[in-house]
Amino acid sequence: MAENGKEVWVFIEQRVGKPADVSLELLSKGRKLADTMGGALKSVVIGDDVRSVAVDTFQFGADEAFLVQHPALKDYRTLPYGRILNTLVKKHQPRIVLFGATITGRDLAPRVASHTMSGLTADCTDLRIADISYLGKEYHNLLLQIRPAFGGNIIATIITPDNPIQMATVREGVMEKHRAETIRPVRIVEVPYVPDAVDDMVKIVEQHREENKINLKGAPIIVAGGYGLGTKENFALIYELAHVLGGEVAGSRAAVDAGYIPYERQVGQTGVTVRPKLYIAVGISGAIQHRAGMQDSNKIIAINSDPDAPIFDVAHYGIVGDAMEVVPKFIDAYKRRLK
Amino acid sequence: MYNSIVLVKQVPDTSNISGQVMKEDGTVNRAKLPAIFNYEDRVALELALQVKDRFGGTITVVTMGPPRASDVLRECLFMGANNAYLITDRKFAGADTLATSFVLAEAIKRIGNYDFVFAGRQAIDGDTAQVGPQTAEKLGIPQITYAEAILDVRDRTARVRRKIEGGYEILDATLPVLLTVVKDAVTPRPVSAKRLMAYKGAKSLLELEKLVEGNSLLYIDKLVHEYQGRSLYIPTLTADDLQIDLARCGIKGSPTKVYQVDSVVLGGAGPTRIENTGAGISSLIDDLLEDKILG
Repeated sequence: MAENGKEVWVFIEQRVGKPADVSLELLSKGRKLADTMGGALKSVVIGDDVRSVAVDTFQFGADEAFLVQHPALKDYRTLPYGRILNTLVKKHQPRIVLFGATITGRDLAPRVASHTMSGLTADCTDLRIADISYLGKEYHNLLLQIRPAFGGNIIATIITPDNPIQMATVREGVMEKHRAETIRPVRIVEVPYVPDAVDDMVKIVEQHREENKINLKGAPIIVAGGYGLGTKENFALIYELAHVLGGEVAGSRAAVDAGYIPYERQVGQTGVTVRPKLYIAVGISGAIQHRAGMQDSNKIIAINSDPDAPIFDVAHYGIVGDAMEVVPKFIDAYKRRLK
Repeated sequence: MYNSIVLVKQVPDTSNISGQVMKEDGTVNRAKLPAIFNYEDRVALELALQVKDRFGGTITVVTMGPPRASDVLRECLFMGANNAYLITDRKFAGADTLATSFVLAEAIKRIGNYDFVFAGRQAIDGDTAQVGPQTAEKLGIPQITYAEAILDVRDRTARVRRKIEGGYEILDATLPVLLTVVKDAVTPRPVSAKRLMAYKGAKSLLELEKLVEGNSLLYIDKLVHEYQGRSLYIPTLTADDLQIDLARCGIKGSPTKVYQVDSVVLGGAGPTRIENTGAGISSLIDDLLEDKILG
């Protein structure tokens, strides 16, 4: 175990033989973390007939893949998946384990962290390796786990200083996915699954899924509305502007909580992270959690009646005014230009 | 009959942070924030109450926090909980989710005799959603996170609907099971006026001790006995009561530490101001068309 203490692992979420985007994004990030430490990047793939998923992970930088296959593992269930990861983590002692902050990742990661007594930080918006000094002690190659905290009023850097294993979850879209510059030869370590009665304490009776047709991450133009719109009726204006510009509609968490727009369209730390060509924020004050999900957009227009709203600090263009007044003018002006 | 334990938390109202509750160094002064009942925990209690209404049983609510957290326990009694425990000790302070779940699991083992453990999916001060699963793991029982509904309970099996990406699944779980409950699962019932009158005088051991401090005619043992007799006693569990491994509690038992806290400071020159007029907006659109951002 030459690489002991330097390994970065990524739990690969998969469905119908395809790895989740967030897992590939984490591989891209994990590759960088592993390179900084001089360690290896390993993927963990669990499922039924998922060798091709394990092979895919090498395109995104994996040095090695653990593969656990069995018909009983076809659909995610906490107990068998957790048991498999517990055994692997205890045996190989990776330095870092990353999970997507999906419903599955947020179910699995804490269970595994608890069993292996590892540190775990949820919903990180940045991960970095650094040498630091903490309480008079020097630490080499520690993982800095950065996340907004306390309702977004502060940004906290969390560390796991005296524990061998550092775990973190990251939302989809936060890290950028890209194919590895160097593709390593495929090296798959098959780990047998040994069924246990414990695994069947929870059984799946049925599953219903509708494929998500909303593709916020891929949209070049996004028009997002916030709580400032005041009513669901006013929010219709956001749909109209998006429609005219050929963009997608999104919202802040406050707009989702108020029922103006479904959760699937939420942008921010606990929603989707987007980087469109143009992001128009209407009636969004711009709490840090929201900005975390959109501040890397190519161009940002902020429309808000409060000139001191923090959204203006990340915007390229700012219009101070009532959304119900500004948006119709915008639609009007754009339509006239196209004529 | 099914007995439930419900984990609840008093949280600072992070959506109502005004300037003065941020300290000069940019950290949050928790003492200045209004403390509220974490909403998803209230939903969890409602789900437990519905199980009780349907099948019978008792509900015990548990919170870990500072002495003032007994406020949320009283609210639970007003809603219909039968018993309440306050877990409090300076030695538990500064705990991350791992250390928190360790103490909660030890307390649940001490209380015992449960078929369900309920908790909100997450608390608004941390949004981690980790304490539920970590508590289930330490109890060695299955978990169902993101629970939306309990469809049925039969013998030793609960049928539960939970949210998954893009839909839902229905699971059969062997009891005891821990459920974390999403916000829109059920609407919490209002406080019952009758129960409010009955339980508004409920006091934790710490609160009774305070009463004794100011009055030499009162004896704590007698007072506790009296409150117990009137079902108004909220027992306290400390590290000593739980005979707990202190190396696994509080800051000591927390593998994660806050290394640095930055107040949110925004840099940059600020945006180009566009006049809120037809002409101003038209010229912005021209710029965007020219830069191929639009069109």
